[in-house]
Amino acid sequence: MVREVDVAVIGAGPAGLAAAVEAAAAGLSVTVLDEQPAPGGQVYRAIERADSGRLAILGQDYAEGRELVAAFRASRAEYLPAATVWNIGTDRLIDYSQGGEIACLRATAIVAATGALERPCPVPGWTLPGVTTAGGLQILLKGAGVVEDDLVLAGAGPLLWLIASQLVAAGAPPRAVVETLPRGRQAAALARLPGALRAAGYLRKGVALMNAVRRAGVAVHTHAEGLEIEGETRVTGLRFRAEGGEHRLHCTAVGLHQGVIPNPQVTRLLRCEHVWDASQHAFRPVLDDDFQTTFPGLYVAGDAGGIGGARAAALQGRLVGMHLAARAGRKVAGKPAALRTALARDLAIRPFLEALYAPDPAILNPADSTIVCRCEEVTAGRVRAAVKLGAPGANQVKSLVRTGMGPCQGRVCGVAVSAIIATARGAPPDTADYYRIRPPLKPLALTELAAYPMIAPDLEIREP
Amino acid sequence: MARRLQGIGTPVRFTFEGVAVEAAAGDTVAAALLAAGHRDLRPSAVSGAPRGPYCLMGACFDCLVRIDGAPNRQACMTEVAPGMDVRRMAHVGKGEGR
Repeated sequence: MVREVDVAVIGAGPAGLAAAVEAAAAGLSVTVLDEQPAPGGQVYRAIERADSGRLAILGQDYAEGRELVAAFRASRAEYLPAATVWNIGTDRLIDYSQGGEIACLRATAIVAATGALERPCPVPGWTLPGVTTAGGLQILLKGAGVVEDDLVLAGAGPLLWLIASQLVAAGAPPRAVVETLPRGRQAAALARLPGALRAAGYLRKGVALMNAVRRAGVAVHTHAEGLEIEGETRVTGLRFRAEGGEHRLHCTAVGLHQGVIPNPQVTRLLRCEHVWDASQHAFRPVLDDDFQTTFPGLYVAGDAGGIGGARAAALQGRLVGMHLAARAGRKVAGKPAALRTALARDLAIRPFLEALYAPDPAILNPADSTIVCRCEEVTAGRVRAAVKLGAPGANQVKSLVRTGMGPCQGRVCGVAVSAIIATARGAPPDTADYYRIRPPLKPLALTELAAYPMIAPDLEIREP
Repeated sequence: MARRLQGIGTPVRFTFEGVAVEAAAGDTVAAALLAAGHRDLRPSAVSGAPRGPYCLMGACFDCLVRIDGAPNRQACMTEVAPGMDVRRMAHVGKGEGR
């Protein structure tokens, strides 16, 4: 018999943990599946291992995660760490892999709390060893206390300044911050400032971060263009234009960032309806007031449903947990209305941030010679050539030139390829399509797959 | 170069391409290798160009290595264990226009 639970939560970041805590508190059976060995997601990664020194470097917002992780540990939710979900059927059967063994369970409701991915940053040289995402640098710092000594941060977005300030606090300041924000962005964002004042704490924090980085003597280049990472077999430098001249910085590491986008794998797998969010410049799944997708029983909490940050994610998670409890006829202790008010206040900063930090136009339309799909090493030029041949969308381009066909399954290149196709066709971005996501969501060893009849002998072979 | 902010305590010893690496308990293979100065973890699938960890969170698959004989393991998603034998995977030379 396949094991049945009331709620399966995928992802143990703030959204998933909060949903699990609320649903379990109301007496539902809850199982949390997460790829990492410990709870916290990317934002609160390794928080249970963080000593006072690490907490001082990473700051108060990070330390806030301790409470939620502790509440989760104290809850009755079942926790499956280091578990990779690789398929979800339309019958809400979840296949996962844990420690090299596959297993499955069926859930009445599924909460996808799978968070965000970094927006792809296709610039020349971005595949060289030594280039990471800004989020990747933060993961090294949180998880292992490892920092790059000879680093340039390049791109734009709140996370770029956050990691810069954390590295300053760690005594490992970057050599430079190269900000790619085009001129005129501040003016464009100004119209959204009054609304953002409802979440003024974020504004103050952002300004404080930038000031801390500048005060530490980090070179800051603004309105940079034409980024090119140099090196033959590893990073040796970064070239760009700024302040009316050409610059070349020697470095052995480059951290790229252009904001984050919802992780679409689960909602695309289940063919949920998605919409183009013009302000976030990304697709997001259509959600109803209770955060349910167009696939009945599949809910999304946190950044996977649209970027809102860690606090909004936890609030959404709590709301989903309470909704699931109420739907199952359980008594709900918390007050959803108060949480919704707090959520709206927290999200008030987003329109301002989205206008200010909209992705760099150069990133959305890279040069022909720049690799876009890292796995299959497909250049933007080959994507455009496929469009010229008549390929109307991402899946036809994929068939022709193998974009998104490598092991990352389009996680890195997906939105970049969709944007290049739309631009090449002269079509607006909201008409672009996206890769059809199929199981397994992550590569699986054949030995694992071969064991499938043993774990579920009573299951019929079925369409995904 | 990447470096550690703190000492590693009682080291977890493993090897990369037969070379000894000392890691802290709880490190991922990717973090331990970067901290030990190893950036080039695999040849890319098509051209064989060197690649290293990019996203560090299991999304990009650019840190795939062979661990104790098993290929295609994500170095950023695997915790170090004593005696692990970590190796670069061979470039099998898939060309253009496959």
